[in-house]
Amino acid sequence: MTQNSESTAGIYKETLLAGLWRENPVFRLLLGMCPTLAVTAAVKPALTMGLSVIFVLVCSNIVVSLMRNLLKPHLRILMFTLTIATFVTIADLFLRAFQPVMSERLGPYVPLIIVNCIIICRAEACASKNNLVISVIDAVGMGVGFTLTLCVLSGIRELLSTGMIFEAKVMPDWFVPWAAMSMPVGAFITLGLLLGLVNKLTKGKS
Amino acid sequence: MSKIKYFVQQSWLLIVSSFCFGLLLAIANAAWSPRIEQNRINKLNDLAGRLIPGADFVPLEERGIVIEVTSLKGNKKKVDVYKAVTGEKCLGWSFNAVGPGFQDKIELIIAVDKDFKTIAGFDILASNESPGTGDKIKEKDFRKQFEGKTAAKLELIKSGKAKDNKILAISGATISSEFVVEIINHYIKEVREEMEKKGLLGNDSE
Repeated sequence: MTQNSESTAGIYKETLLAGLWRENPVFRLLLGMCPTLAVTAAVKPALTMGLSVIFVLVCSNIVVSLMRNLLKPHLRILMFTLTIATFVTIADLFLRAFQPVMSERLGPYVPLIIVNCIIICRAEACASKNNLVISVIDAVGMGVGFTLTLCVLSGIRELLSTGMIFEAKVMPDWFVPWAAMSMPVGAFITLGLLLGLVNKLTKGKS
Repeated sequence: MSKIKYFVQQSWLLIVSSFCFGLLLAIANAAWSPRIEQNRINKLNDLAGRLIPGADFVPLEERGIVIEVTSLKGNKKKVDVYKAVTGEKCLGWSFNAVGPGFQDKIELIIAVDKDFKTIAGFDILASNESPGTGDKIKEKDFRKQFEGKTAAKLELIKSGKAKDNKILAISGATISSEFVVEIINHYIKEVREEMEKKGLLGNDSE
């Protein structure tokens, strides 16, 4: 009995850690590239995007997990999209009401969470096959993994493009801001280098 | 009959959840839409208030007057015109304008004096110009040039002194500067004509 509960705890831990590193949505699965490239010019919008994705991911995984035994195979993608779209719209309305500046800055990328592959991937790969607890843990793990990745990427870009982090100056006076880093080209270069680094670190392990 | 039964069997979950999600969205929208609208008004008032200090802004729409002009693309567009007043005295007008930019559309708020003859100033409501170059249209140095200029044809120059009706372009962002000047010229002319037609200009008692 003890061993059983231990192994359950082990599965939970495994599920949680998978999203953070081993199956990190951005670095390992290469999912959700659109917001990863588009909203990482500064840490604040990246963090807002990450939190919105966590909210949508957790809510949609809960709903999908609860209705998993009722799903008709050929209608499941439709149900996933419907669920995701509902929660994304709620998140969008919430941001427009309470974080108008951030909402304007993120622009269309909040509604575009609907087509973010991470969420539909988790609904299909995890929530539609597992119980509620596993689904929620998986959503949190994946969401936090995504958010952390976005924060790392945006931290590097904000630092190099403005010399600031979280809108507070950290670089010395001689630092010359590197405007290209806040443009799309900066996103591609930073992401490419980080992916290379992650591949190097995990080489031979998988 | 069996067809209908089959249809219901397959899709009842979709229909039921559509209703539930629709209800959820309706509740979220009802709860937050006043706040969203308030945010929009606050932003407009805040920007307009900086252009014409000390004035209250009364939307013309409140009196049932709708101003429609031809946009830069050639189709009809409604413009929200606000009358800037202190007590009974008219200080000027402010209105929003939109036109194409270098990367995305540029939305402006423009303020003029009570006769539509002098520009009081303008500000950016929304834009997505290149960071480091085009987005300098938001900066005070560029915007200040427009203040006090005759609201006739503004002219963009690339070098020299910005006197008379000349506006000095931002170096490295001539195209963005051009678009701003074009939008301002076009909308002031169009809105003025429309207001004159409706007899709203020139009588202070109005």
